[in-house]
Amino acid sequence: MAAAVKRRHTGTGIYGAIARSVGRSPTEVREAGWGMIFVSPWVLGLIIFTVGPIIASLYYSFTEYDILGSPVWIGLENYARAFSLGKIIPAFAQIKGDRLTGLAISKTLIYAGVLVPVGTTGSLLLALLLNQQLRGSYLFRTLFYIPSLVPSIASVMLWKYLMHPRVGLINSALAAIGIQGPGWLDHPKTALMAVILIGLWGSMGGNRMLIFLAGLQSVPRELYEAAELDGAGSWGRFANVTLPMISPTVLFNLILGVIGALQVFTIAFAGTSGGPSYATWFFALHIYRQAFEYFRMGYGCALAWVFALGVLFFTWVQMSASARWVFYAGGK
Amino acid sequence: MAEVAAVQPRRMPGAGKSWGTQRRVSRGLTYLAIFILVLIFAFPLYFMAITSLMTQFETYIWPPLLYPKSWQWKNYIEMSSKVPLWLWFWNTTRITFLTVLGTTLSCTVVAYGFARFRFPLRNLLFLLTLGTMMFPAQITLIPQFILFHRLGWINTFKPLTVPSFFGGGAFFIFLMRQFIMQIPRDLDEAALIDGASYPRLLTSILMPLMKPAIGTVAIISFMGAWNDFMGPLIYLQSNKFFTLAVGLRYWDTQPALGELSLTHLMMAMCVIVATPCIILFFSAQKIFVEGIVMSGIKG
Repeated sequence: MAAAVKRRHTGTGIYGAIARSVGRSPTEVREAGWGMIFVSPWVLGLIIFTVGPIIASLYYSFTEYDILGSPVWIGLENYARAFSLGKIIPAFAQIKGDRLTGLAISKTLIYAGVLVPVGTTGSLLLALLLNQQLRGSYLFRTLFYIPSLVPSIASVMLWKYLMHPRVGLINSALAAIGIQGPGWLDHPKTALMAVILIGLWGSMGGNRMLIFLAGLQSVPRELYEAAELDGAGSWGRFANVTLPMISPTVLFNLILGVIGALQVFTIAFAGTSGGPSYATWFFALHIYRQAFEYFRMGYGCALAWVFALGVLFFTWVQMSASARWVFYAGGK
Repeated sequence: MAEVAAVQPRRMPGAGKSWGTQRRVSRGLTYLAIFILVLIFAFPLYFMAITSLMTQFETYIWPPLLYPKSWQWKNYIEMSSKVPLWLWFWNTTRITFLTVLGTTLSCTVVAYGFARFRFPLRNLLFLLTLGTMMFPAQITLIPQFILFHRLGWINTFKPLTVPSFFGGGAFFIFLMRQFIMQIPRDLDEAALIDGASYPRLLTSILMPLMKPAIGTVAIISFMGAWNDFMGPLIYLQSNKFFTLAVGLRYWDTQPALGELSLTHLMMAMCVIVATPCIILFFSAQKIFVEGIVMSGIKG
């Protein structure tokens, strides 16, 4: 049968010609040809929309470019500005440092540093709660999940209203029990915390919780029974059975959580415009402002590279640290 | 054996009365925790919905009303007289539809190529594909803008929709490839022996089997396109091309309009932005949840 298929394509035609020249059977050549046709849209897309722009971005990061003129090569000046190298390296002495870059890095790290641990732990706790075979857990799962379905721009508008210092629901409720509520998004001291709370509301019961729940449900019952026979209490079962078994899921959620949190943009852009007093001046917002409000495309690209390398670094750290704590039940 | 015997009696249900009480108390506490959590997660949305149906005066009342005294459906009409709400809705729908169409079609085809064919550099290309997932979107943002600017695509929907026809992104290709690889090859071979061509094999044998994966990709890309904020913000600069997301932000920044006094209208618009996503969730909950889980476990 296979021979019949093969013979159909032997000898004549383009497959035969290519097959003879590369020393493969015509069937293999035909298969390779079709494979390349099927992946060709992606190859084009990868070059035009991803790899090309990444390379272009690196080039632009060494230029000054306002999009109307043409890019002017300025070497490392954009990076010198971003890190205020003028103070340290005499060659860049005339370049004014950008104080906002350091600020943006610290605000972004605080945001991610609080949101990811608290959010991931919260999602896990919600999943544990839902995994207890309670009556109505299907309904509760839906109710926890809904906030993550709301487009982030709409949830920002909602929370701006709820957190309004004077007439918002939260402060009105606090006032009713005699507490003067904070200024939330309107005060430099509380704005970052308020943004984190909005971020938590929108993500804690979302996809991460569903993935944890599935992870919990896939832990074999026998393991719990065995642990119980060994006299493990509920904490012991959690620490010695549940946690190791779901650790790959934890790693997955942590890595995606960090990548997502570092890119925080909409909440700050629409909720606080990065303020007040730069309290929520996140890195993605910093890039956006430089590139699309001041049209410093070159500088924006330099910032984007700094940002990308930062994100890659955090992913790498988590991947390499994972060997110590992630347990793959099926072997690796 | 003796050890087992010593442990087991303690776990017999109903062995002691106090154990049952303790169990009831802990159940009670669990439900209390759930009640508080539901309040935190779901109540703000309920509040959004009822505020959108109140009169302006009712939004000021303390203690807050738990439901509007008279249902002000006309808020929605009033909102659409202040901003081109339905035009924005239509724009968002068009962009989302094209993105979902482009993503599902092209990622199915590309994933088929990766899953079923051997060709030179295939593994390298696939590794490169996975590698692009590590980069944050910001790295390509500015050069893409420059590219689309040169093509004269600013203020059109093309920058938001055209890229999705080129494979739809590494994540979707990966997801779809994993799914195809689970389908036994025997089916392919049988169809090929019957004389089916490769495209034919994809459309009539594999695609019907891939429905759950295609559904998942469609749903995730729908949510991405509908909720996208930064893309439309950058590429759509004139009012009549806005999507709902940037329209909402635009309304918020209008000094005379975005005043808190018009909160009921603002909430009406939030409801309009959020409703399609929530409807989609409820109408396809099974595919939705399974898809998220599949992406989490395979990813």
